[in-house]
Amino acid sequence: MSSRNARLRAMVAMAATLGGIHAAAQQGPGLGQPISAADLAPWDISIQPTGAGLPAGSGTAAKGAEIYSVKCIACHGEKGAGQPNDRLVGGQGTLTELAQVRTIGSFWPNATTVFDYIRRAMPFQAPESLTNDEVYALTAYLLALNGIIKEGDEMNARTLARVRMPNRDGFVVMYPERAQR
Amino acid sequence: MSDTTLTNSSLEVVAGNGLLHRRLFLTGGAALAGTAGLSLLTARPVGAEPLEIPPWMRAPGAAMSAYGQPSRFEADVQRVTGGTPNVVGSGVSFTPHHRLHGTITPNSLHFERHHSGVPAIDPDQHRLLIHGAVQRPLTFTVDNLLRYPTVTRIQFLECAGNSGQNLNPQPPQAPCGVIHGLMSCSEWTGVPLAILLEEAGVDRSAGWVLAEGADAAAMSRSIPLEKLMDDAIVALYQNGERLRPENGYPMRLFLPGWEGNMSVKWLRRLKVVSEATMTRDETSHYTDVLLNGKALMFTYPMHVKSVITSPSTGLALQGPGLYEITGLAWSGLGKIARVEVSADGGRTWADAALSEPVLSKSFTRFRMPWRWSGGPAVLMSRAIDDTGAVQPTRASLVREHGERQNYHNNGIQAWNIAASGEISNVFA
Repeated sequence: MSSRNARLRAMVAMAATLGGIHAAAQQGPGLGQPISAADLAPWDISIQPTGAGLPAGSGTAAKGAEIYSVKCIACHGEKGAGQPNDRLVGGQGTLTELAQVRTIGSFWPNATTVFDYIRRAMPFQAPESLTNDEVYALTAYLLALNGIIKEGDEMNARTLARVRMPNRDGFVVMYPERAQR
Repeated sequence: MSDTTLTNSSLEVVAGNGLLHRRLFLTGGAALAGTAGLSLLTARPVGAEPLEIPPWMRAPGAAMSAYGQPSRFEADVQRVTGGTPNVVGSGVSFTPHHRLHGTITPNSLHFERHHSGVPAIDPDQHRLLIHGAVQRPLTFTVDNLLRYPTVTRIQFLECAGNSGQNLNPQPPQAPCGVIHGLMSCSEWTGVPLAILLEEAGVDRSAGWVLAEGADAAAMSRSIPLEKLMDDAIVALYQNGERLRPENGYPMRLFLPGWEGNMSVKWLRRLKVVSEATMTRDETSHYTDVLLNGKALMFTYPMHVKSVITSPSTGLALQGPGLYEITGLAWSGLGKIARVEVSADGGRTWADAALSEPVLSKSFTRFRMPWRWSGGPAVLMSRAIDDTGAVQPTRASLVREHGERQNYHNNGIQAWNIAASGEISNVFA
C-alpha cells in the first residue's frame, strides 16, 4: 500500500510538473483493490476493431441460421428482414437516399462490432447467454445474408478480424481533428 | 441591472410584435405594480370574488412525511414515455419542460434513455473495474468511492437525439417537453476520473477508454482519455441525493457538455485501450448522417442551443396582454453569452435577460417581456455561447443533413401563436 501511494504521489507530482490536469492535483485514499487478469476476464467482453479480444471458437452461417430461427427471428424477422425490431440485412446502395436503410450490411463499419454486440446484448431477453461458438455462428449468418462473406466461410478470431465491411469508409471522424466544428 | 424604478424607457419596444426591453423584468415585479406597466394590459381584470376562509384553514393539515411528494394537484406533471415495440425498458421518457421552471430538473422528472431497462443493482455487490493499459488493474466498491474527494457542478445532460423529430419534413405537434425533453439539468456530485485513473497507473499515451454499464445491454461507448482526465466524474449524487436507479444508481459516468449516451449509466468497467472500440452505439447509432450518404462519427459536444419553454406547445395564452417569454439556453462548449428572442418569426430580434448564475455547460434561464396584441406571432429564441458559436437555423441543418430525423439538432425552435391563444410547432 505504501509503495503504491508513493508511486501515486510521484505520478501526481509528474502530472503537476507537466502542467496538465488540475483534477490530478487531488489525491484519493488509494482504496482500489488490485485484481488479476484471470479474475477480471469474465467482464472483459469488448472486442477491438483489430480483433483483439475475440475469443476461441468458431461458427458458420448454416449453424447460425439454426440459432437465429429459434432465438432471433421473433424480433428481427425472417432472414434479418426486421420487424418488429431492427432490420439487419440489406439497404446497400441506399445511404445517399433520404429514406436510407441502415443495417449491418449497409452501414456498420466493423464486423467485430457484430460479434461484440450480439455477445453482450442479445438475445434481448437473455443477454450473455450464448456460447462463443453460437455468437460466431450468428455473426457468420448475418454477414453471409448481407453478402459480405460466403455461405461456407467459417468465422473465428482470425477470419472475423479480416472481414472488410462495405461501409468501412462511410464515416467522417470528428474527434479529435474536428471536435469544434 | 441597477434600475430601481420603472421609467418610460422600461416599456421601450425593442423588437417587432411587442417585445419589450428586458429591463422590465430585471427591475422586478414590485416596481411594475402601480406604474404605467399595468396599462400594458389591454384587458382589465374582472372584479374578484368575495374572499372566504378555506377549509384547509379550519383544521390541522397532514403530518410530516419521510419522503416528500408533489401536491396531488400537480399529479399530471409527469414524464412522457416512449418505447420500442416488444422490448419493455428500451426507449425514452421526456422531461416536461413546459410545466417546469428554473434550471434544475427534479430527479423524478429527469429524462431517461435505456437500452435494456433499469437494472436493480445492489450497491454492495457492484464493482467498478479499471483495467487495460494501466499499471495496476483495480476494482472499487461503492463504499470505496464514497470516501474519495468529490466535485459538485450544476450541468446539463442532453441526449444526442433530443429534438431530432424537428428535422422531419413536418413539424411534430406535441408538448414542448416531448419535442425537447431528452435534456435535463442537475447538480452532479462525484469523484474526478483523473484520480481513479492515476491510481490505476493509466498509460497516458493510450488515448481511449471503453466505458461499459452494468445494464442488460452492457451499453458501451469509447471515451477519449483526454476527456476523462479533464472534467469527467464518476457521479454518485444527483441534486443532493444518491442517483436514482434510472439515472445510473449506484454510479454513472458524467461527461460535461457531451452527448448523453456517453455518460454511461450503472458504470461497471473502464478499459484503457489504444483506439476506439467501435461499439454498436458509436457506429450504427449516434452517428450523424449527411445528405451525401456519409456519416459524422464521434460528434461529442452538444452545441449551443435554446428553446422557449413558455409560451410553448402544451400551454395556451389566456388573452392579449403582458407575458413573460422564458426558456432555457445551454452549450456543451461553455457558457451562454447571449440569448436573443423574436416575436415576428425571426425578422427582428432583441436580447433577453439571463438569470444568474450563468454556468458553463449548464442550463441558463432567459426571460423577455412581451405584450401580445392578440394578433399573429411566431416566437423564437437564438442562443450564442462564449466561444462565439451561434445557434443555427433548422434550414441550415437540413441543408447539411437532409430533412429527416437526426442527432445533434440544435436548430432554432419556432412557436406559432394563434389568435385563440393556441400554440403550435412551426418551421420558420
